[in-house]
Amino acid sequence: MSVLLEIRDLKTRFYTEDGVVHAVNGISYTMNEEETLGVVGESGCGKSVHALSIMRLIPDPPGKIENGEVWFSGRDLLTLDEHTMRSIRGADIAMIFQDPMTSLNPVYTVGFQIMEALKLHQGMDDNQAQERAGELLAMVGIPEAQQRLDDYPHQFSGGMRQRAMIAMGLSCNPRLLIADEPTTALDVTIQAQIVELVRRLQEKFGMAVMWITHDLGVVAELADTINVMYAGMIIERGKVRDIYKRTAHPYTIGLLGSLPRLDEEPGTKLMAIPGLPPDLLKKPVGCPFAPRCIYRVQQCLEELPVLENTGDKDHIVACWQWEEIAERNR
Amino acid sequence: MAGEKEILVQVKNLKKYFPIQRGMVFPRHIGDIKAVDGVTFNIFKGETLGLVGETGCGKTTVGRTILHLYLPTDGDVFFKDTNLCDLGEAELRHRRRDMQMIFQDPYASLSPRMTVGSILSTPLEVHRIARGKEKTERVEELLNLVGLNPQFVNRYPHEFSGGQRQRIGIARALALNPDLVICDEPISSLDVSIQAQVVNLLEELQDKLGLTYLFIAHDLSMVRHISDRMAVMYLGKIMELTGRDEIYLNPLHPYTQALMSAVPVPDPDASKMRKRVILEGDIPSPANPPKGCNFSTRCPVARERCQQETPELRELKPGHYVACHFAEDYL
Repeated sequence: MSVLLEIRDLKTRFYTEDGVVHAVNGISYTMNEEETLGVVGESGCGKSVHALSIMRLIPDPPGKIENGEVWFSGRDLLTLDEHTMRSIRGADIAMIFQDPMTSLNPVYTVGFQIMEALKLHQGMDDNQAQERAGELLAMVGIPEAQQRLDDYPHQFSGGMRQRAMIAMGLSCNPRLLIADEPTTALDVTIQAQIVELVRRLQEKFGMAVMWITHDLGVVAELADTINVMYAGMIIERGKVRDIYKRTAHPYTIGLLGSLPRLDEEPGTKLMAIPGLPPDLLKKPVGCPFAPRCIYRVQQCLEELPVLENTGDKDHIVACWQWEEIAERNR
Repeated sequence: MAGEKEILVQVKNLKKYFPIQRGMVFPRHIGDIKAVDGVTFNIFKGETLGLVGETGCGKTTVGRTILHLYLPTDGDVFFKDTNLCDLGEAELRHRRRDMQMIFQDPYASLSPRMTVGSILSTPLEVHRIARGKEKTERVEELLNLVGLNPQFVNRYPHEFSGGQRQRIGIARALALNPDLVICDEPISSLDVSIQAQVVNLLEELQDKLGLTYLFIAHDLSMVRHISDRMAVMYLGKIMELTGRDEIYLNPLHPYTQALMSAVPVPDPDASKMRKRVILEGDIPSPANPPKGCNFSTRCPVARERCQQETPELRELKPGHYVACHFAEDYL
């Protein structure tokens, strides 16, 4: 499979009144065509900011992409002018957001908002766009789609709004769909519907999907590859089975241990990660996870660990102690 | 099993309707949102009863109505043999010493203008439990109990992280040594790694202080983790109520089965093995619930009877209650 997206040493900062927020601190990875990548991490780990940086949607000021390259079909997106970038957004790379209520415009009909992209990127006229928008809504499973085009977002339920967002995202057959916590605001039964829908559509259209979430459960079902992020860095990356079964980083181990499993035995104790999430205003010396890590040694507090291969194919981890930790954890 | 245990709270046919009104000047009553529509259950002393359900199913309203933060439309709530519905304001306030609540949003539920010390000492003053030095000692003890540094006593809520604020909320609920603590989605606004810290703390406190919890949440795996028994709600009604293992191994209600199968499992092997029941459509509006069984519009096995008759919550096995006409099929 060929490479669709390649990110090299991406750094994004925000210059705020309180100081410089080091949101993304040098991440590099590649994504293949038709691959599903799960980006996992807690709030403030830089997962959304990194996606917005790819789309060049970081508000500047206060934000600034300070360094890096984002290669997508032979072009570095970070060097393009705004006009060219606009022709890529929505057409080649589409994004769906967490909260479908705030990302749909309440004063326009759902149909109008879907048609907008079709007219802009595909040069359709009103009638063509209307027909296509109806097809798209039907495809994402909204009953009586043609009639519902005239509805406003508030007339849709949460799950339907997220479907409408997906229809909008897919309207121009993008090669990469970035889904930023698309099911976090939804109930589990609706979440299951959306996950199933995205999986089906991905098969049909052969697009790559980047699924950003804090929920290790959802990506276990969907993803081929997983990036685990902490303090704006990728601290572990690998094939989905390696991440769950041959976990190497103490943070990933902690995240998995914090989750209760529906099929757990009675009396199981959760393995909480002690301490607090990192303060991105401070640039860490050493490993950013070290203050919360139960395995830390002096070296962790002084030197930033580099990503190294664990021996499994494509499985990399940034931890000085990973060999010992992974051994103990298996 | 049920007979031997001491019952702490008894909820009988509890209803809470919120009126829908139209007209600004002369409001007319045009209908009701049936947030809680006749629920009956017991909470045994020392247990954790989990209450799960999706958004808008009325689980929070049940919690608040038990405490009479909302006055029930109908039904009875017995707390240690006293019917709370018969009590006046003053008596009720006195009774609330024994039943406290932990709220969902640790940002909105703590006053930004009060220090941690005053947040924790207010309940002691209101109920005239401690004054002066004794009060200071009690506040210190509470902070220690929830794992916060007692030196933080003069700090304001904004100086704390979400998880720490939730600890303050827990300390406030425990200030009066309650018997019952209603935990209303206490962890859903916290990060995964912090959620586990708070849940572990709640479990420790229960062991140490012999608390009884009503744990309300939408996260099925977390509720199963912390609960002894679980009740599943849908559109204002309890669909199934039984022990934590029984509900996982032998769910008898089609809704429980669908809900269980929708929960993602953090294990790529297990999730490929599972059979999924994907429910069609959305939850109907509680202002206009369907005729017959509330779940009939989305139920994969609904028959004609389901659209006509409302199923009662029945005890099918000892301690296993189900509200479905055809639950016997799954026995």
